[in-house]
Amino acid sequence: MKLDSKIPEGHISEKWTKYKDHLKLVAPNNRPKIDIIVVGTGLAGASAAASLGEMGYNVKAFCFQDSPRRAHSIAAQGGINAAKNYQNDGDSIYRLFYDTIKGGDYRAREANVHRLAEVSGNIIDQCVAQGVPFAREYGGLLDNRSFGGTQVQRTFYAAGQTGQQLLLGAYSALSRQIGLGRVQMYNRHEMLDLVKVDGKARGIIARNLVTGELERHSAHAVIIASGGYGNVYFLSTNAMGSNVTAGWKIHKQGALFANPCFVQIHPTCIPVHGVNQSKLTLMSESLRNSGRIWVPKKKEDAEAIRAGKLKPTQIAEEDRDYFLERRYPAFGNLVPRDVASRAAKERCDAGYGIEANDTNEGVYLDFSTEIQNKGKQAAYAKGNHNPTPEEITALGKQWLEEKYGNLFTMYQKITDENPYETPMKIYPAVHYTMGGVWVDYNLQSTIPGCFVAGEANFSDHGANRLGASALMQGLADGYFVLPYTVSNYLADDIRTGKISTSSAEFDEAEKRVKDQINKFLSNNGSKSVDYFHKKLGNIMWNKVGMGRNAQGLSEAISEIAALREEFHKDVFVPGSADELNPELEKALRVADFMELGQLMAMDGLQRNESCGGHFREEYQDSEGETLRDDENFSFVGAWEYKGEDISKEELHKEELKYEFIKIAARNYK
Amino acid sequence: MSAAKNINITLKIWRQKNSKAKGSLETYTLNEVSTASSFLEMLDQLNEQLVNERKEPVAFDHDCREGICGMCSLFINGRAHGPDTGITTCQLHMRMFKDGDTIYVEPWRSKAFPVIKDLVVDRSSFDRIQQAGGFVSVNTSGKTMDANAIPIPKHDADKSFEAAACIGCGACVATCKNGSAMLFVGAKVSQYALLPQGKVEATQRVLNMVRQMDEEGFGNCTNTGACEIECPKGISLENIARMNREYLKASMK
Amino acid sequence: MAKSALLKSSIAKKYWMALTGLFLCLFLTGHLAGNLQLLVPNNALNFNKYALFMTSNPAVKLLSYLTYLSILFHAVDGFMLTIQNKKARPIGYAKQNAAANSSFSSRNMAILGTLILVFIVTHMVNFWARMHFDKNMPLQTITVEVMGQKQELYMMVNGGYMPTNQVAKTAEEAKKNGAPTYIANKTDFMNTQANVKVGEGYKDLYKITVDFFKHPKFGLIATILYVLSMFVLAFHLLHGFQSAFQSLGINNKLTPAIKAFGKFFAIVVPLLFAIIPVYIHFILK
Repeated sequence: MKLDSKIPEGHISEKWTKYKDHLKLVAPNNRPKIDIIVVGTGLAGASAAASLGEMGYNVKAFCFQDSPRRAHSIAAQGGINAAKNYQNDGDSIYRLFYDTIKGGDYRAREANVHRLAEVSGNIIDQCVAQGVPFAREYGGLLDNRSFGGTQVQRTFYAAGQTGQQLLLGAYSALSRQIGLGRVQMYNRHEMLDLVKVDGKARGIIARNLVTGELERHSAHAVIIASGGYGNVYFLSTNAMGSNVTAGWKIHKQGALFANPCFVQIHPTCIPVHGVNQSKLTLMSESLRNSGRIWVPKKKEDAEAIRAGKLKPTQIAEEDRDYFLERRYPAFGNLVPRDVASRAAKERCDAGYGIEANDTNEGVYLDFSTEIQNKGKQAAYAKGNHNPTPEEITALGKQWLEEKYGNLFTMYQKITDENPYETPMKIYPAVHYTMGGVWVDYNLQSTIPGCFVAGEANFSDHGANRLGASALMQGLADGYFVLPYTVSNYLADDIRTGKISTSSAEFDEAEKRVKDQINKFLSNNGSKSVDYFHKKLGNIMWNKVGMGRNAQGLSEAISEIAALREEFHKDVFVPGSADELNPELEKALRVADFMELGQLMAMDGLQRNESCGGHFREEYQDSEGETLRDDENFSFVGAWEYKGEDISKEELHKEELKYEFIKIAARNYK
Repeated sequence: MSAAKNINITLKIWRQKNSKAKGSLETYTLNEVSTASSFLEMLDQLNEQLVNERKEPVAFDHDCREGICGMCSLFINGRAHGPDTGITTCQLHMRMFKDGDTIYVEPWRSKAFPVIKDLVVDRSSFDRIQQAGGFVSVNTSGKTMDANAIPIPKHDADKSFEAAACIGCGACVATCKNGSAMLFVGAKVSQYALLPQGKVEATQRVLNMVRQMDEEGFGNCTNTGACEIECPKGISLENIARMNREYLKASMK
Repeated sequence: MAKSALLKSSIAKKYWMALTGLFLCLFLTGHLAGNLQLLVPNNALNFNKYALFMTSNPAVKLLSYLTYLSILFHAVDGFMLTIQNKKARPIGYAKQNAAANSSFSSRNMAILGTLILVFIVTHMVNFWARMHFDKNMPLQTITVEVMGQKQELYMMVNGGYMPTNQVAKTAEEAKKNGAPTYIANKTDFMNTQANVKVGEGYKDLYKITVDFFKHPKFGLIATILYVLSMFVLAFHLLHGFQSAFQSLGINNKLTPAIKAFGKFFAIVVPLLFAIIPVYIHFILK
């Protein structure tokens, strides 16, 4: 199979404009004759469904949650990037483009990323017009803040709930179309297979999660916007229901799956606390603007802290190792996520971790310096040029509360510790997956008519995503890319007419789903789905996690294969098919995670280099930094499904050509 | 920080096979629950126990488990989202309970939120209220005016944000003795009414959303203020007052 | 749309509750001001004069009709809301901890309101109905000593007096016993022979009130029930007063002041009302 990325010719800054001008269109009178299915209603899905509905297409949107507003985009905290240069600090489309490519460790496609940077400004305009209440300055204009991996302030935000506000914006646009009857919304429905007719995506099989009924839905195009696959690790910052099923089912139908090993481990999450833990909670990256990350310099101090004999506040300043500031003086605590995560792991592996969990995995995020600095500033601003230490501390805490109050409260509710008094404990956790279904410049997968948007595709973040870029990508795909490229594809379908759901292809797809469900329900094994999911997560975290090596990856491949076999043999799924059955839902999702996990390990094993979130221990320099191999690995690794045995999957390579950016070592020192 | 310890509890949980079945409170005992666990992790533990006993696990809604998606929805010991304030059920931790406690777990109760199964309810009535007018009618072209073209006073933007922080969980309805949805609708109406972009269609919005709210069968607000106390996002009663104002203005037009 | 919205919608019902409620608060204030005259010693005449004014002045009449209407509307609307709100939760909770998030009075407005309605009805039967319809409503008299002899005189609106022993209760009675004057239309003194009105007396509401609370058998019970009713009213007002402002959309920086005043109003007004029967029963000679 030859991968054609369909990148248009021309200078990078003109590619998208010129390309758009020559795309085929569907006239307004023809649009109501065309059906489009959108799976997932996060930023990418909701914005796509709203935009296409608005254009006049018949849209059917699906989400497994009880409302489209609950998609996990809602949990994004920090912000959304846009090259508006409102702060006049030298930002531009080129710089956003450059930062994103560099942040992705030169493993993203230039043309896609530039397009993303180009439309970033429109996203902000659009959202403000929709009534998204971004943070503002006293002058009434929009406020910005800094994020990791950049040296400009281009991040727009709404306190620590930016994702929520953006999603509610997209949801409101979607709701408007639902109210107008242009979008039909299917809540509590999960797509369980894709239906192809004559090689083209022509519909889906969805399960009504309330009644258990399998439904056939036909369309002229199918858009998958079902998010990332971080839950393959069991513990992650993803929502409990986040899953890879939609993406994986189209993979099994012929869509290539690209760079599955590129996973982002977010540095600032609350550490694991116990065996019954179901999920990890993120503390926004914005906290790194104010917090300093450290572990004790002396191992015995770390041990004493873990044993509960010492408190972090008792460690003297000179006995603290601010390891990010030490290693990366230029960016300090604001290095990109993969770099910060790895540095924390390095310290914990070396025995300096401070959390008393099984693996001692935890470092401090300390706000005491910021309390003093901001407290002093605040005192001066009030005209008090001789503040007492108590006044400074009080004012400093007040400043923190205004800026991060909700996050601090959240932390305290979960850990029962007061972060104003004692440093937060944090540790990296799985957060975002850069890999995903391979798509071309049109965001179309290798199945004609099957488009993939948002986190579910692989396209824009290379080997590491910068903070505040996921929201940007989701909305860019849904509002400003798909409406053009999907129309271009559908221009050939205006005479096709309604796709029948009573074809052999639909019969077959429904049977596949039915068989799988029946298999699970009649399996009569002895262990719960979670039992296997946790085991899978364990393998993934230990061997396909932050630090990987050939041996571990090889072991993971066979261990997962064995686990998968055991899972199908011994899983017990209670209840029946014709009712709300959360255990069945989980089983169907974990089945796909098992296959994907194996592929991730294979992908990690073939990529003999370190780049972005993919850190192969064999490939590092003397200072422990990633060693990329541009000569041999400057490609997108796209896997083709070859039947049930995942190890038979075939790797296809899309060469990455950097015409407009000079490849360099990624340096944040 | 109080060190985590294990406690034993008794649970009285509403079980209902489906929307048509009659439900009842069932009693379960659960041992060795870590006080560091979240309430939902405790339910996971119960479900694991039930599955191992070949019994049907308890169905409950949950997703993000970090207090933002609004999916979790339990009425715990007589209070929406349980005995703590400013949190959702997923943020409730077992350290709020003592060894030997009996904990009642019930679904949201409202005519407009019918029970689907066990503790799972159907909140699509909220979606329909939003569809009736909870938006700004602007096309998604991106070709609107520049985001900074209209300065918005920080105070208004902040107030709008505070209203927009609503996660649509339905705790306001669940806790209101009247099953009223006015905090939810008030928050939506306020978010837009406070912004110049939303003012344009403010009249139609408030009339349409209130009409839909009434049609869904929600009760009427009697200003008890319970919703404000139980709202995990601290949405203020001011928003209901603002909706009342907006509605009065709109009705006069 | 807009018109029906103002009559039928849930929010409109709140406006009407709030407006009628606030109007009734005004009424309470006026009523209280009148009643307080009962506490002034030897003030029967002034009180009865006031009562006459309140029942005859056309502007006051209009206000009183508005009051009846408000009470009716407030009650009917309240009943309808309560029924609607009960329907909104067909299945209740097995365990409720409402005290954790709301006040007793806010949760029990309907019950408190119903009790107040019962009170109003009995109150009106006892005083208002007698004042308006009782044919045997006593007229105010005064006892004077004339030459060492006590004589009872009716007081007349024109300032004159009429000895009670010259007035028969009815025309027939006058014809029978030859009294020169009789009473018609409850308050008119008529000349028996000429059949013309010669004066008008005051309905003695004061006496009715004092007798009611000093009744040897039921006076104590009446006093206690009245005081209890004022407790109920206090709780109703405690939530109702400030709630009305919220319903009308007033929630701003004045709100703390409104709430504080509401509390003051809810305590002071019923308290003053309650003092009156207590004073009459226990202190008044």
